Amino acid sequence: MRKNKRNFLNNAVTYGMVIVAFLLCELAISGLIGGFKMSRSLKGQLVPICVYVVMAVSLNLTVGFSGELSLGHAGFMSVGAFSGVLISQWLGSAFPDIPSLARVIAALVSGGIFAGIAGILIGIPVLRLRGDYLAIVTLAFGEIIRNLINCMYFSLDGKSLHFGFNNPNLAGKLVINGPMGATGVNRLASFEVGFVLVLFTLFVVMNLVNSRSGRAIMAARDNRIAAEAMGINVTKYKMIAFVTSAVLAGMAGALYGLNFANTAAAKFKFDTSILVLVFVVLGGIGSIRGSIIAAALLTILPEVLREFGDYRMLVYAIVLIAVMIATNSPLLGNLFNRIRPHRMKPGKEAGKA
Amino acid sequence: MIQFLSFLISGISLGSVYAIIALGYSMVYGIAKMLNFAHGDVIMIGAYIAFCTVQYLHLPPLVAVLAAVVVCTVLGILIEGLAYKPLRQASSLAVLITAIGMSYLLQNVALLIWGANPKSFPSVISLGTLSLFDGRLRITSETFVTILANIVIMIALTLFTNRTKMGKAMRCVSEDKGAAELMGVNVNSTISMTFAIGSALAAVAGVLLCSSYPTLMPTTGAMPGIKAFTAAVFGGIGSIPGALIGGLLLGVIEILGRAYISTELSDAIVFAVLIVVLLVKPTGLLGKPTHEKV
Repeated sequence: MRKNKRNFLNNAVTYGMVIVAFLLCELAISGLIGGFKMSRSLKGQLVPICVYVVMAVSLNLTVGFSGELSLGHAGFMSVGAFSGVLISQWLGSAFPDIPSLARVIAALVSGGIFAGIAGILIGIPVLRLRGDYLAIVTLAFGEIIRNLINCMYFSLDGKSLHFGFNNPNLAGKLVINGPMGATGVNRLASFEVGFVLVLFTLFVVMNLVNSRSGRAIMAARDNRIAAEAMGINVTKYKMIAFVTSAVLAGMAGALYGLNFANTAAAKFKFDTSILVLVFVVLGGIGSIRGSIIAAALLTILPEVLREFGDYRMLVYAIVLIAVMIATNSPLLGNLFNRIRPHRMKPGKEAGKA
Repeated sequence: MIQFLSFLISGISLGSVYAIIALGYSMVYGIAKMLNFAHGDVIMIGAYIAFCTVQYLHLPPLVAVLAAVVVCTVLGILIEGLAYKPLRQASSLAVLITAIGMSYLLQNVALLIWGANPKSFPSVISLGTLSLFDGRLRITSETFVTILANIVIMIALTLFTNRTKMGKAMRCVSEDKGAAELMGVNVNSTISMTFAIGSALAAVAGVLLCSSYPTLMPTTGAMPGIKAFTAAVFGGIGSIPGALIGGLLLGVIEILGRAYISTELSDAIVFAVLIVVLLVKPTGLLGKPTHEKV
């Protein structure tokens, strides 16, 4: 009972944090906070922040709660992005008077569905492997998805949709143009939709984690053999975590695709998967709140570092290494413990961490 | 037929480069149990160093290769000492992220020093081209040297790990770090040594890679790095013959796929083969199966 209450409080704090952040941003946009005006470039980052928060939280489900290192999360994002863009553009062309919100929702849903299908197809072979081998296969799948999308051409001709593999000569207007990616997309994404998507993601992930299935997922992570001995179908629960994570990444991808007029498939390469993994690890593996904060801060960081000009990414890299060493080195860890001796003993925390 | 042969040879040449890179990955993984993502960028630095020695200092190619090897060896030891050593006890994911940070760092340093524009790498090996079958099959000297270098490196490294004291220490550390330490093996210096060897190999690979594919950019090393890591896993990570076989197969599949199936899909084919292999043999072609103990 007490544990339930703690969970509830914990979740409430996370939701509260997101809602307050959203309200502050809205106030800042409308200029109601005295003396602070959000710059254009920062405003442009609002939707990507939402996207990366969703990506990080969903990857945390795989890496943190299910304990499987996935290096191909951007693959699901790209499936979601291109299917979402396709549906949204098709709806816009086939039914010109449909409200744009409906198009956004349709894009998000279809992005989630297609990424989920990809997740199932990939999960079946991948989850048979362990550890680093699993990681490399997810990496391979991410690259395969990117390569396939590079060869796909879709065009819209009124109500009909044409598809060509490695063949750009299609009737009508090209929507997805091979290596050029999605072109001429109606930019329908907004910060509000992104905020709702973040809340939806939190709702799904937190409820999953605190449910019977979530406990099974974590049991399978902590000790596969013991979990199997307790009658948990490990593959099934790993699959649940993996596919849920893929669906959410697909929805994030759809939002991302609708935020830009042009999105190339190269945007979703291995680097993006790694970027999201950095958010998860830096925020603390298995900590949803940490993922949110890390994703938001690290998405803004390159913008804030713009004044460093060419040195921007250099500083970013140094910050990344320094933070990892500072938070993980035993030397500094001892120092922190000495400064704050009242901190809980690691043994007590072990159950939660 | 002759065309196939020429594709096969360029596949073996590319595969040799992958094999040399994969060796570095594999050794570091075997000993430090970490994915050194910065390895691909050490290749790039090596290639730039060779480029500068030839282009600006006008030194002979052999000196350029030596300079690249020396700089990369020092760089490898520095990276290990500054970034990875403090994290020896940390979780493997933390080390992975640090390695990624290191990779960004190297790329951006290269970007600042040499700029984003691709440099055209002057071939350091220009001994002419061998023409066979009335010039229908042409084998460049780059190809020959690459394959030869691969063979020499493989033999030397196998002898080193099997016959020398340091090699024995490396095998000990990769098997059981704690027990090795108890037996008087200096674990830290062994790991540094591994990074030094891996980085020296990366420098050689960088020069060979850019001799055959002469565009040099700060991101040149990234994709070969990933491919080589795939090759290492393919052959069974931690095994020297595994890296050789994995690298060669990967190179041949990539070139043949590009030639006969689709240029755009060559990477996808490589990765698809990897997945199939791992599904049939989950620890790679030559990897030892591990049994889980309760």
